[in-house]
Amino acid sequence: MANKRNTTEKTMRAFFFSVATASIAILFMIMLFLFMEGIPIFKEVSVSDFIFGKYWYPTSDPADFGIFPLILASLAVTALSSAIAIPLGVMTAVYLAELASRRVAEIVKPLVELLAALPSVVIGFFGMVIVAPFLQEVFNLPTGLNMFNAALMLAFMSIPTITSISEDAIYSVPTALKEGSMALGATHWETLLRVILPASISGIATGVILGMSRAIGETMVVLMVAGGATMIPGSIFDPVRPMPASIAAEMAEAPFRGDHYYALFATGIVLFLFTLLFNIIADQIAHRYRQVGEASL
Amino acid sequence: MDITNEEYVEGPVEKTTTGKAVREKSEIQKAVDAKHAGRKLTEAVLFTLFRIAAAICGLALLIIVFFMIKNGWSAITWEFLTEVPRDSMTKGGILPCIVGTIALSFGAILIALPIGVASAIYLNEYAKPGRILRIIRLSINNLAGVPSVVFGLFGLAFFVIYLDMGVSLAAGALTLGALSLPVIIGATEEALKSVPDTYREASLGLGATKWQTIYRVVLPAALPGVLTGSILGISRAAGETAPIMFTAAVFYSPDLPSSVFDEIMALPYHIYVLATAGTYIDQTRPLQYGTALVLITLVLGMNLIAIIWRGRLRRKLNK
Repeated sequence: MANKRNTTEKTMRAFFFSVATASIAILFMIMLFLFMEGIPIFKEVSVSDFIFGKYWYPTSDPADFGIFPLILASLAVTALSSAIAIPLGVMTAVYLAELASRRVAEIVKPLVELLAALPSVVIGFFGMVIVAPFLQEVFNLPTGLNMFNAALMLAFMSIPTITSISEDAIYSVPTALKEGSMALGATHWETLLRVILPASISGIATGVILGMSRAIGETMVVLMVAGGATMIPGSIFDPVRPMPASIAAEMAEAPFRGDHYYALFATGIVLFLFTLLFNIIADQIAHRYRQVGEASL
Repeated sequence: MDITNEEYVEGPVEKTTTGKAVREKSEIQKAVDAKHAGRKLTEAVLFTLFRIAAAICGLALLIIVFFMIKNGWSAITWEFLTEVPRDSMTKGGILPCIVGTIALSFGAILIALPIGVASAIYLNEYAKPGRILRIIRLSINNLAGVPSVVFGLFGLAFFVIYLDMGVSLAAGALTLGALSLPVIIGATEEALKSVPDTYREASLGLGATKWQTIYRVVLPAALPGVLTGSILGISRAAGETAPIMFTAAVFYSPDLPSSVFDEIMALPYHIYVLATAGTYIDQTRPLQYGTALVLITLVLGMNLIAIIWRGRLRRKLNK
C-alpha cells in the first residue's frame, strides 16, 4: 500500500516536472526554427553586411539585404515611445500607490489594466484612422503615418506593463521607511523622491525594460501606423519601417525558401535577440537588486 | 501627514530664550516659513502632474473605446453578425470571422491550459529553489517576451511547413497556445499561491500524500483563480493578429471551417486587411469600425469578467 502510494507520488512528480519543461522546449524550438530558416541568407550576404547594410531592396535584382534602416527604425521608435511611456507610466504608478484614494484607484487601475488587454490591431487601427489625420492637420505633415504616431501608440501599449510592475515595487516599500522620513520633517514629495523611489528603483527598472521589450517586439501597430518607408529616419515625423513591420508585411509575398524568405527569418532572429536581451537584463535586475528589507538599503 | 507651520521647528530657533532672540526667531521663522511654503508648493505642483499623468493613462482606454463605439455602432446589425461577407467584402457580415476567432482562441486554450496548469503545479507545489527552477522561470519570462511576429514565424516554420499542417486552424491554435502559455502559468501560480498553507498542512497531517493533497485540496480551492486565468488566456489569444497572419488566417474564405485543417477568417486579421490591403478602404470603413467594435467587446468583456471575478476572490480570501 505504502509502496504503491510512493510510486504514484514519484510518477506524478516526474510528470509535472516534464510538463514544466515544456516552456524551455518551446523557447528552444522557436530559436531552432528561426535559425534553421534564417541562417541560409548568410550564404548570400555576410552577417555584417546584413546587419549594417544600409539598403533593404529584397525584391530588386540584384537584391539588397541590409537591415540597418529596419534596426534603426525599431530602436528609434522604441526610444521615442519610452520617452513618452516612462514618465507617464511611472507617474501613474506613483499616483496609484501613494496619492490616490482607494475609490479612485479602484477605477483607474482596471482602466490601465484593460489598456493592456486591448488588441494591438485595434490600437493600430485607432492610430491609422483617428490619430494620423489629426497629426497631419495639426503639424501640417505630408502623412500622419509616421514614427511619432507609432511611438505614441506603442507608448500606450507599454504603459500598463511599466505601471503595474512599478506600482507593485512602490507599494512594497516598507511603511517604516516612509514614516521615518516624514517624522524627520520631510514633505511627502521629498520622502517620495529620496526614500520611496530609491527603494523601489529595481522594480521600476524591471517594469521599464519589460515595457520597452514589448514596444520593440510589437508588430501590428508599427505595421499599420509607422508609414513603412525603409529609409534611415531624419526626423520624428518621417515614415519608418521597423523590423516586425517588415517581417509581417513581406512574408506573404516572399517566395517560399527564397533569399527574401530567409532574410525575413534572419530579421526575426535579430528581433528575437533584442527582446531576449531586454528580458535577461530585466530578470537580472529583478533578482540581483531585490529589496529584501530595510537592511539592504 | 501634513506638518503645519506651528509644529515646524529647525536648528537655532529651538534654543532661543531671551527677548532679543525672540525677535531673531521671528526673522528666522520667516525664512523657514518661506522655505517651507516653497517646499509645499513644489509638492503641490508635482503631485498635480502625477494626477494628470494618471488621468491621461486612465482616459486613453476610454478615448479609444469611445471612437470605436461612436463610429462602429451603426454598422452593428443582426445581418452584420450573422452573414458572410459579400461583394468583395464591401457588404454583408463577419460571421466567419467571429466563428474563426472563437475557434482559434478555444483551440489555443485547449492546448495551453493543461500544460500551463501542470507547469504551475510543478513550480508552486513541487519545485525547490535552485538552478533548474531558475532556468524554467527564465524560460517562461522570455517566452512571455517573445514578439508576436516571431511566434508567427515559428508557427509558419514548424507547424505549417515542418509538420505539414498547412495554413490552418490547427496551426494557428497551436501557435496561439504557445503564446498564451505564460499567461496561464502566471495566473495559475497566483491562484495556487493564494491557497493558504494551512490547507496543505491539514491534508498532509491527515496522512494524504502530496499528490492527493494537490488533487483533492489545493486544486479545488484554486479552481476559480485558474478559470480567471483561462479567460485572460482566451482573450489574449483572440486579439492577436501577427501570429495568425502566416499560420491560420486568410483574407477571404467562402465557407465556415469544417475541419481543423481548414483556413479560417479571424476578426483581428479582418480589421487589418480591410484597413490596409483592401481595394475599397474608404467604402469599408464602417465595416472596419464595426469589426473592431465586435473584437473589443469580446476581448474587454472577457477581461472585465476576469478582473471583477479576481477582485471578488481576493476579498473573499482576505476575510
